[in-house]
Amino acid sequence: MSEALNELGAHIEAKRGDSVLSYAVVNDELTVIVTPSSIVDFVEFLKTDRMCKFSTLIDITAVDYPSRGKRFEMVYHFLSMYQNHRIRVKFGVREEETVASIIDVYPASNWFEREVFDMFGILFTGHPDLRRILTDYGFRGHPLRKDFPTTGYTEVRYDEVEKRVIYEPVSLVQEYRQFDFLSPWEGAQYVLPGDEKKEEGA
Amino acid sequence: MMDGSKFDDGSIDARQGEQKIRNFNINFGPQHPAAHGVLRMVLELDGEIVERADPHVGLLHRGTEKLMESRTYLQNLPYFDRLDYVAPMNQEHAWCLAIEKLCGIEVPRRASLIRVLYSEIGRILNHLLNITTQGNDVGALTPLTWGFEEREKLMVFYERACGSRLHANYFRPGGVHQDLPPELIEDIDAWTHEFPQILDDLEGLLTENRIFKQRNADIGIINEQEALDWGFSGVMVRGSGMAWDLRRSQPYECYDEFEFNIPIGKNGDCYDRYLCRMQEMRESLKIIQQACEKLRNEPGDVLARGKLTPPKRGDMKTNMEALIHHFKLYSEGFHVPEGEVYVAVEAPKGEFGVYLVSEGGNKPYRVKIKAPGYPHLQAMDYMSKGHQLADVSAIIGSLDIVFGEIDR
Repeated sequence: MSEALNELGAHIEAKRGDSVLSYAVVNDELTVIVTPSSIVDFVEFLKTDRMCKFSTLIDITAVDYPSRGKRFEMVYHFLSMYQNHRIRVKFGVREEETVASIIDVYPASNWFEREVFDMFGILFTGHPDLRRILTDYGFRGHPLRKDFPTTGYTEVRYDEVEKRVIYEPVSLVQEYRQFDFLSPWEGAQYVLPGDEKKEEGA
Repeated sequence: MMDGSKFDDGSIDARQGEQKIRNFNINFGPQHPAAHGVLRMVLELDGEIVERADPHVGLLHRGTEKLMESRTYLQNLPYFDRLDYVAPMNQEHAWCLAIEKLCGIEVPRRASLIRVLYSEIGRILNHLLNITTQGNDVGALTPLTWGFEEREKLMVFYERACGSRLHANYFRPGGVHQDLPPELIEDIDAWTHEFPQILDDLEGLLTENRIFKQRNADIGIINEQEALDWGFSGVMVRGSGMAWDLRRSQPYECYDEFEFNIPIGKNGDCYDRYLCRMQEMRESLKIIQQACEKLRNEPGDVLARGKLTPPKRGDMKTNMEALIHHFKLYSEGFHVPEGEVYVAVEAPKGEFGVYLVSEGGNKPYRVKIKAPGYPHLQAMDYMSKGHQLADVSAIIGSLDIVFGEIDR
């Protein structure tokens, strides 16, 4: 399994050396890192090349790494029903950068790109209908970014006076709980009463 | 002039001549029984012909992927029951497989067999619901009542295994939560011998039914290339003549040792997909019977003992380490090694996948759930174009969509 994938990775790198930055086979899965500008060309190659024949687009998603310069990592999954293998294609994107849409190669990418736009705020050039898809009409913000709070910013309820559903800022009776599971013997820096004297004495 | 343009009193019809016709937009759903949940679809109609269909999804969006990022791996398991709530255990399966692949854990043989058994029960649960509600959508009311009686029996099997009819939380990383009692295995086996009779009855109602055929045959045709372009999987590609089934082509668990056939359609229309599902239930019965036979003969543990799974109850009474382990497992949870993995299972609706990114902590850094219904519904515009309004509900029925998994 891994050998065949390694071979495939080498084949792809040999054919598309200018767009492939690196490839690796980990956990029996082939991951190829490409340059962002070449993505449309590259997936077209994946679809048409005889050895690859990646017929089906499985998924498009992104991962947010706020600490990185290239904040988002785009992740594409493809499957070949003819050759029976899978591939993962990745590249990094800066927050202000746009990504080329692959809708001309895989029509199925339409909703997946809309979802990435909705959840992460990444814009796709060449997408014909880049609307929000999963969130509410008129929603603000991009929920799957790490700096978006899990509780969100607004809550809705039915108002008996106005006879309609109204939007209000979130008010929590209890703070949203994020447990720190690090071992108390290693992680947290608790200051116990009396400890400060030790510092003074030293 | 006797063409009706001029009346006896000399007046003329004000609306004669070329009339301006505009397309009509209607809202299909979100509260429509044939929408199979909360689907709002804006249909642009030219007379009774659909010109454009724009599904608005997300009315059931609960932010599962976001919630999962702040919970431990074990706490995240029940969310999978709530995705495709028609066949809950099949979803749990993908999550467990993803964790096991990253941690490199071998599942005990008996647990593997139980997983196969319950995945196939889930498949029958799903197909029963889909076929009968599709019948309902096109005007056949009786199959629904007959099919749901059988679903009820299957949910009792769920309940007897894990205590819950729907939200099972039964498959766990490293195996399954509890072993099955021997009587349950016998009862499941006995049921598989009664069920073909019910299937025959259902087929008697639908398969050669004139109305059912008129409503489904030649409706929503998808050929091989279209199925690939739109990212279809599961019955949606098999109905178009491709023998693609992950259980066979990329075997997971212990599917490679079971005897079963993969039914495929010829025409790729709604009727062929119905036939595929019908036949798949019979194939699932074969797998269930084989699994029951194997389970009878192969007793053993159902959880891989280790860091991922709780210690035995008896050990906790006598062993301090076991007690600490139990406490840490259910508070902090286990840590999953750094890495990323994509795991897919052949869920009843198609390929259900989990893309898991771990940074080595006790919570996943990012989870992407690939729901089979998502690309299927996306093709709704393409499939319904040029069809009549009444065909829309037949197509939705054969797409087999459930909003729990599409909206996530």
